[in-house]
Amino acid sequence: MKTTPTIPALLSVRNVHKDFGPTPALRGIDLDVHPGEVLAVMGPSGSGKSTLLHCMAGVMPPDHGTVTYTRPNAPEGSVEISILGEAARSALRLSEFGFVFQYGQLLPELTAVDNVTIPLLLAGTKRREALRKASGLLERLGLAGQGEKLPGELSGGQAQRVAIARAMVAEPAVLFADEPTGSLDSLAAENVLTLLLELVREVGTTVVMITHDPRTAAYADREVIVRDGMIGAGHRVAA
Amino acid sequence: MNNALTLLGLLRRQPSYGYDLKHAYDRYFGSQKPLAFGQVYSTLARMIRDELIRALGEEPGAGPDRKKYEITPAGQDRVQQWLFTPDVPSQTLQSDLFAKTVVALLVDDDADRLLDLQRAEHMGRMRELTRLKHEGDLLQVLMCDHGIFHIEADLRWIELTGARLTQLKKELLSA
Ligand SMILES: Nc1ncnc2c1ncn2[C@@H]1O[C@H](COP(=O)(O)OP(=O)(O)OP(=O)(O)O)[C@@H](O)[C@H]1O
Ligand SMILES: [Mg+2]
Repeated sequence: MKTTPTIPALLSVRNVHKDFGPTPALRGIDLDVHPGEVLAVMGPSGSGKSTLLHCMAGVMPPDHGTVTYTRPNAPEGSVEISILGEAARSALRLSEFGFVFQYGQLLPELTAVDNVTIPLLLAGTKRREALRKASGLLERLGLAGQGEKLPGELSGGQAQRVAIARAMVAEPAVLFADEPTGSLDSLAAENVLTLLLELVREVGTTVVMITHDPRTAAYADREVIVRDGMIGAGHRVAA
Repeated sequence: MNNALTLLGLLRRQPSYGYDLKHAYDRYFGSQKPLAFGQVYSTLARMIRDELIRALGEEPGAGPDRKKYEITPAGQDRVQQWLFTPDVPSQTLQSDLFAKTVVALLVDDDADRLLDLQRAEHMGRMRELTRLKHEGDLLQVLMCDHGIFHIEADLRWIELTGARLTQLKKELLSA
């Protein structure tokens, strides 16, 4: 996908730096994420991928540089995420973004279906409606009849599909995924990815997905490589 | 992939016309690159010459497309030998890339860039195979997976070599 002047980037990262004490984690990142694209973020361990994702998603502010979020249907209303306060970032994350991580993200004391309803309940949806939507999505992800189980009673692949349902149930504009299939075997990873991508393409969600695994990255439209806190050169892939 | 032995293997099922053989081949193996008829008939001619197959019911003057072909005992042996002789793991790409990397370092050129370009090329191919895989039947899935896993192995080598370039250069220049 190419930058076109008429459609602004959904997320625009400019010269972002982040240090953890003496450790520079990000050293001048520039990156545009376009509406509707699925972007894979690759790179060696410790190169700064998760830190970048956290800065992009408003989980933590960068030390320098800007992250600008522009919804495609409201270009006049772009938000500079990097200067928002904690509360505003958290509100933005809740209303616009979904998150999937490698593991340990479901609340262990809630059933699968209750886990999935959380984002809807937080957004003010009525419980009955939230349950209906959550069950529908679980069914869609091949988990019909598993909704009443606790996370501890699910296999890794099933739990990951529940996590995807939870991330997608409120139809976020952007899904941030950090090694979403990192704990799964090849076949389970493939099933989870296929379902995930079907869903995001249907909803029109833009995806930023960190992965070590080239086979996972191959599901994306393009990839960028983070090395030593910078985006590596020469990774533009012909559309 | 060895087209001649694959065709010979298909002939082991039953005597066939060249036309049917081509279609059997395309169905199982040719979804990316179907065989040309010319290639089928020239391969069959070579196998007749080598006595791996013979033509049945020859009508004088009939073209190759009017003949049915049958595998000979020598052909059967050849197929057995092919099936149960493991292949040398492919080294062509790796050794070429290896050579390029070493030469780039020796002449003080950008080995990093060379590896990045190769990586992007590999990722592009992997994306393409991943797409194809999701459009096809199980046979196509398996074929694409085979390609995908091989590309993955190359990518791992590229990544690791990229991380070791500085060390490699030092060793090369001190040798
Ligand atoms: N909360 C933190 N406190 C201190 N240092 C941190 C923190 N988070 C990250 N770092 C450091 O920042 C650098 C980048 O870390 P980051 O987690 O972004 O890497 P990564 O690319 O996601 O690695 P991995 O593939 O292993 O998950 C590392 O050196 C790491 O030790
Ligand atoms: Mg990480």
